[in-house]
Amino acid sequence: MRSRGGRAGVTWPDLTALREAGRRELREFLDKCAGSKAIVWDEYLTGPFGLIAQYSLLKEHEVEKMFTLKPGRLPAADVKNIIFFVRPKLELMDIITENILSEDRGRSPQRDFHILFVPRRSLLCEQWLKDQGVLGSFIHKEQYSLDLIPFDGDLLSMESESAFKECYLESDQTSLYHAAKGLMTLQALYGTIPQIFGKGECARHVANMMIRMKREFPGSQNSIFPVFDTLLLLDRNVDLLTPLATQLTYEGLIDEIYGIQNTYVKLPPEKFAPKKQGEGGKDLPTEPKKLQLNSAEELYAEIRDKNFNAVGSVLSKKAKVISAAFEERHHAKTVGEIKQFVSQLPHMQAARSSLANHTSIAELIKDITTSEDFFDNLTVEQEFMSGIDTDKVNNYVEDCIAQKHPLIKILRLVCLQSVCNSGLKQKVLDHYKREIIQTYGYEHILTLNNLEKAGLLKPQTSGRNNYPTIRKTLRLWMDDVNEQNPNDISYVYSGYAPLSVRLAQLLARPGWRSIEEVLKMLPGPHFEERQQLPTGLQKKRQHGENRVTLVFFLGGVTYAEIAALRFLSQMEDGGTEYVIATTKLINGTSWIKSLMEKLEPAPF
Amino acid sequence: MSRARADEDEYWHSSKCRAFTFDDDDDELCQLKESKRAVNSLRDIVDDDDDLERVSWSGEPVGSISWSIKETASSSISPPEGSLQKGSSSYAALPKQASSYSLSSFFKGRNKLGSFQSLSDALSDAGVKSYAPELRRPKADYKDYSSDWSPKDTIRRMQRGKVCSLERFRSLQEKLMLLDEAVAVHDGNVITAVLIFLKRTLKKEILFHELEVRQVALRHLIHFLRESGEQKLLLDLFRFLDRTEEVALSQYREHLNIQDADKRKEFLKGCIGLPFSAEDAAHVQDHYTLLERQIIIEANDRHVESSGQSEVFRKYPRKALILNMPLVTTLFYSCFYHYTEAEGTFSSPTNLKKTFKIPDKQYVLTALAARAKLRAWHDVDALFTTKNWLGYTKKRAPIGFHRVVEVLQRNNAPVQVLQEYVRLVEDVDIRLNLATKYKCHDVVIDTYRDLKDRIQLLAYRCKVERGSSEEDKIDSILSNSQIRWKN
Repeated sequence: MRSRGGRAGVTWPDLTALREAGRRELREFLDKCAGSKAIVWDEYLTGPFGLIAQYSLLKEHEVEKMFTLKPGRLPAADVKNIIFFVRPKLELMDIITENILSEDRGRSPQRDFHILFVPRRSLLCEQWLKDQGVLGSFIHKEQYSLDLIPFDGDLLSMESESAFKECYLESDQTSLYHAAKGLMTLQALYGTIPQIFGKGECARHVANMMIRMKREFPGSQNSIFPVFDTLLLLDRNVDLLTPLATQLTYEGLIDEIYGIQNTYVKLPPEKFAPKKQGEGGKDLPTEPKKLQLNSAEELYAEIRDKNFNAVGSVLSKKAKVISAAFEERHHAKTVGEIKQFVSQLPHMQAARSSLANHTSIAELIKDITTSEDFFDNLTVEQEFMSGIDTDKVNNYVEDCIAQKHPLIKILRLVCLQSVCNSGLKQKVLDHYKREIIQTYGYEHILTLNNLEKAGLLKPQTSGRNNYPTIRKTLRLWMDDVNEQNPNDISYVYSGYAPLSVRLAQLLARPGWRSIEEVLKMLPGPHFEERQQLPTGLQKKRQHGENRVTLVFFLGGVTYAEIAALRFLSQMEDGGTEYVIATTKLINGTSWIKSLMEKLEPAPF
Repeated sequence: MSRARADEDEYWHSSKCRAFTFDDDDDELCQLKESKRAVNSLRDIVDDDDDLERVSWSGEPVGSISWSIKETASSSISPPEGSLQKGSSSYAALPKQASSYSLSSFFKGRNKLGSFQSLSDALSDAGVKSYAPELRRPKADYKDYSSDWSPKDTIRRMQRGKVCSLERFRSLQEKLMLLDEAVAVHDGNVITAVLIFLKRTLKKEILFHELEVRQVALRHLIHFLRESGEQKLLLDLFRFLDRTEEVALSQYREHLNIQDADKRKEFLKGCIGLPFSAEDAAHVQDHYTLLERQIIIEANDRHVESSGQSEVFRKYPRKALILNMPLVTTLFYSCFYHYTEAEGTFSSPTNLKKTFKIPDKQYVLTALAARAKLRAWHDVDALFTTKNWLGYTKKRAPIGFHRVVEVLQRNNAPVQVLQEYVRLVEDVDIRLNLATKYKCHDVVIDTYRDLKDRIQLLAYRCKVERGSSEEDKIDSILSNSQIRWKN
């Protein structure tokens, strides 16, 4: 049997094929621009690209210099080609225009310009460049469809930061189109997915587009044996609750506190001071420590999805094992034994430094999770989620406003309360709004309006609160949660079982028919579609073989939800393995931020 | 997590991962470090493979893209070993020696373009707009170009990123077919492109009218107008659709782009009559009034501060302008610098409270924080003192005295002051908790006495200083035979 991606021994359906395809496309584009080149990067893209290719690949194709995109003149570089790698955004087009117009006129020889739009060419941007009179300066204008980027053995993300806002606030479906495109690419590589389930407006759209695309390109009928049995498309607005709650898994907390960007996290350096001998040790590094987090690291794969309260014991066990392993060298007497020991050193070495890092990170997190404020905040969240006092003004929230805690924290709590009450009473809502704008500024009227439009903060219109019914039917609140040896997905929020994942779980067993009533209370349609497979490709399931389901979160997914799905994959009698795809990896803070009105001028 | 806190504490306190600290002076691990050095030096010679990723201190793996941007960018300033500061290169760049690429590649490049117009030629003609040498478009784009595609084919081609001329579609019907096709493929990029074309070639009213029944396209147009900053057309559109609230909010949003305070004020004034929802209308009115106030206060205070006549301004120079600060911050400011002013002045706290209908709680909390920061304990006292009609005074706090204590404590109030308010906390447990935390011994002792809790009192005796007055007090209470202890 296959073992899981994201776990030790990664043998899960190779998402690397996707990465290979990405590299090929990149090489082809670079070779189109003959001669030496410099790449000017939209800084946002360097992270996602880093997951596809290394600098060495670019270098092999004559990329000699790389710069970040910024206003003013382009840096000098004696190269034949200047290539802009950018997202199709108008403000970036303005910078490019400035770059090109201030190119040294007397310069000889001339440098050629090219532009690579990621993930898609934008006719709007090209029109914009044309209006500025610079479009003609580009020789190659192409697109690089970086739709689904492999983040881990079982995780794909489009890293489209504004997908939720565009879909649910502005009703712009461009990112859904990209999602459908990405799924088509995925099917071209991994076979047609026979069953599609979905819940929500956007899910419906994506499924429609997929079916349409398939019809229009009959050539896309491929002869690959399907890797995925089922695709589940879920709208983020079907479950607005989950991302608002504080994630309590190890990885979730790292993301909540420090923010994980493209698998990297930046940490305060103090706890990571290099302790090499003969290095004074006095001057502490001031630059943040940057670490990559993924399942290639054995220890991290083991602890990332655990509840934070279960991490400490794993770390201390690991410490003992490693110490013992190093002790072994005292017993190595013969040359053979010594050789044997030495051969294991690199592995032990890696394990040692991995343990050192995670011990430090765990300590940093522990400082925060044991603080009074973290505890108070969590208590209020848990009260709301279990349905206590959601219909009146909350004292703690008021206190936080009075002490001017970060606005995003306040908004997360108030939205959580609103969602857990199917909307707030008008009086309560008005009170919160008033306090917020008086304390944080009137201009936040705009942000509050956005939250209202997205359905996160709203008055209770129907006069009925559906949340208790949903909570009970889907068992969203579990009183007897076991954090050390979990038996239910609710361990990821220490009591709250993420609604989205519950839907996935119930779909696998016993099926959605059992929860029709609740599905109707949640927004958007639910549906099922089948894609015909040629008879030769139909799967004959062996006894005990697991099904593979791809869950696609439209509008973002949190690390805690991912952890919950991985937990389900690992259940002994689960029968289903999950692979996760999303438009963006989010947490409550980054999510709310994406909905806030940009109050400061753009950084450029 | 809440539930398991006790367990967790136990774990961290008991082990604290001590089994594995990485301290230098840890004997056992000295060898470990030696092996580490050995391994490190080995690695330099032997392996170059990918699975042991090398990482620079900042954690950027050596060879990753973001790492390389720094590396290659810096080398363009000073070839051997530049500073690692990202992009510091740009301006004062010293070009490296002569170009390394051959003349033939140069010509090859040009021939491909089918044009000899160079960038510099073009730019020397002053008009920027006139410079749009579409000539340089690669030939490939024109390949298989045909002029009689149906709207459907055209959309297909656009989807694949091919160049298409839309100008051929002249009739309204054709244009709408084009739009409907674009919407049907759900490709926002193509929808927007068609909309740009329609916007240019159709009358505003006709476009709006047609979009009213094409909601998807309509939303794309709104998004596009917002992105490209075509505020006027956007407002026209909202008005046409009778989405008045959006007109209002969209206009109000514009104030964020106005830096000058006076101009911003005037702009906000213009927003007041807009069709906001009822609450928002009130907020916008308040926003205007507040900024108007702030401008007056700012002008006045700047003058007072520079004249050096006011003691509070001398002692606590202002750190920032009060312009555009939130209401509560403004109230704090006025409680700090203008506390005693008569209600008639714009800067007086009471005037602010009245004008903006600031709730009592909010007001008291803010005033308390401001006066505590100035260590004006007398003012603090007055905030909570009420007189009844007989002239008796009584202490009352609309926010609860435990919160008063917290604010005072944050401002480092002396124990005597703190004690007075801890004593007023009604809930016994909270009172004891606060009193113990902030070492208000008298309050603790009196509370235990009132609770007739001899055991706790005895226990507390061990916590106070030997021979202190507190100890004496406890002793005298313990020896008081009048008290009927409960234990």
